[in-house]
Amino acid sequence: MSNAMRTPAGAISVERYQGAVAEGRFRRLWNANAPGYLFLLPWLVGFFGLTLGPALISLYLSFTDYDMLQSPRWVGMANYVRIATADPKFSAAMDVTLTYVVFSVPFKLTFALLVAMALNRGLRGLTVYRAIFYLPSLLGGSVAIAVLWRQLFASDGLVNAALSQFGIEGPSWISHPNYSIYTLVALSVWQFGSPMIIFLAGLRQIPQDMYEAASLDGASKFRQFYKITLPLLTPVIFFNAVVQTIEAFKAFTPAFIISGGTGGPINSTLFYTLYLYQEAFGNFRMGYASALAWILVVIIAIFTAFSFLTSRYWVHYDD
Amino acid sequence: MTEMTASVTAARPPSDITKRSLPASLVIHALLIAASLLMLYPLLWMVSASVRPENEIFSSTSIIPSSIDFSSYVRGWTGLDVSFGRFFWNSLVISVLVVTGNVIACSLTAYAFARLRFAGRNFWFAIMLGTLMIPYHVTLIPQYVLFLDLGWVNTILPLVVPKFLASDAFFIFLMVQFFRGIPRELDEAAMMDGCSAWRIYWKIMLPLSLPVLATAAIFSFIWTWDDFFGPLIYLNDMNTYTIQLGLRTFVDSTSASDWGGLFAMSTLTLVPVFFFFLFFQRLLIEGIATTGMKR
Repeated sequence: MSNAMRTPAGAISVERYQGAVAEGRFRRLWNANAPGYLFLLPWLVGFFGLTLGPALISLYLSFTDYDMLQSPRWVGMANYVRIATADPKFSAAMDVTLTYVVFSVPFKLTFALLVAMALNRGLRGLTVYRAIFYLPSLLGGSVAIAVLWRQLFASDGLVNAALSQFGIEGPSWISHPNYSIYTLVALSVWQFGSPMIIFLAGLRQIPQDMYEAASLDGASKFRQFYKITLPLLTPVIFFNAVVQTIEAFKAFTPAFIISGGTGGPINSTLFYTLYLYQEAFGNFRMGYASALAWILVVIIAIFTAFSFLTSRYWVHYDD
Repeated sequence: MTEMTASVTAARPPSDITKRSLPASLVIHALLIAASLLMLYPLLWMVSASVRPENEIFSSTSIIPSSIDFSSYVRGWTGLDVSFGRFFWNSLVISVLVVTGNVIACSLTAYAFARLRFAGRNFWFAIMLGTLMIPYHVTLIPQYVLFLDLGWVNTILPLVVPKFLASDAFFIFLMVQFFRGIPRELDEAAMMDGCSAWRIYWKIMLPLSLPVLATAAIFSFIWTWDDFFGPLIYLNDMNTYTIQLGLRTFVDSTSASDWGGLFAMSTLTLVPVFFFFLFFQRLLIEGIATTGMKR
């Protein structure tokens, strides 16, 4: 190859020369790019085979009837129309999920921020407290914790035993449709550890001299919080809010375990992902479940876009 | 995300304003200790319930058992047709393979994005970041059909093989960020000396990247150990169950009859996560603080 390049042009035919140049260009392109693409190969295979391909197929399936036994039958918009107009379980699932998001995320973030502020004072034992508050976040996704939670809020469970010491007779939280969702909210709030750690990191970014200047000017603690801490923390609050909300939309395991996979009582813990699972792997309505999946994606996308659009009015980046 | 990654580890300057009067810090400590106890109480109660005699489990809200009795562990371990030892082994095999796959495949991908020049790099990098946003629900059903057609259902392959194809974009992103912080002079000098890209990756980048590799490995171990959804879909034969599926089956089959065994097995499933937490606490917390890892 390199010999051909060094041979004077006149010594070989024009065709062979052009061929050699083209081959040389190819070789150079190959040499420049091959290592990159070789390193990227596993990811590329995964991207096309496990992400892009399946996503396109899932979009197609959402317009079909598909039970995995017969090949998909095109039904146009029928799945989406049924979801929008004639599926009470969809509206129940949406209701449950939105309730969960609206209650769990603000409470979780408020706790996370309060505890982070309490810890951000140069206290002794900071690392021990931080570890204790973080532990539930790490264990939280497991079946064992969901099992434990089901017991805590059972009619003869610990929560009611504690309440009875104050002479209060608690309801059977888990099996009452009005309360069951809030036991799951409580579980989510209990896991405030990871947003708390992000808040702690954010609080450390705030220059101490701002507080010093403010207290010299006689600003109260509350005013310092309101005028310094909160505005400077808005990027972190925004980040935590977006991440936690998306996670809340995707919650599955606790609802599955606590309701025994049913989403009961009376659909009161029928999380969106649980309904999707039931349709796909319980009823084998793969087309319908694909439509449900795409609606979830659209909802998360709208929510995220909305957060980013409104963020410019309340999130302060200090440039 | 990137605003945060840069400077969170910066040490906080000492300042007089953080020094509190003694009574004020006593109050704060008291509140924090009370809150810590509240946080830990359910966990401690579960551990204590697992070593209590069966008739005492619900009779008290105290976390100190009157006597210690490990029979719940024996009953729970053998309470199903398949012993919990089998579930532990399955979970261990899957977790170790997932960790291996994630570390190898994600570091290869991240090295290409962070260090190699090739046509289309920025395009593919943008695509890779885009996949971070896609919820798994949209790929779930076609992936299931694919793995079913391949005959992989009821094996660990659907849970493990995707990880060798760098399917966890989050870890790629994490490693790219880290690799970019390693001085470029190192690999440029090596390249001058005629080192191949592979040698640079293997001999220079990986040894210098142990902190980020360890973080990715530990988080992927814990998440895989705790994963319920993947095994629920792909594993139907009890011999292939992971610890989470085993525990769920135990809940269903004994419901309310063997609470001691249930809490004993629940406690056991948490033990590996707890020890990882104990040993790698600092790494895990830094990982969360600097990248905002999920959960």
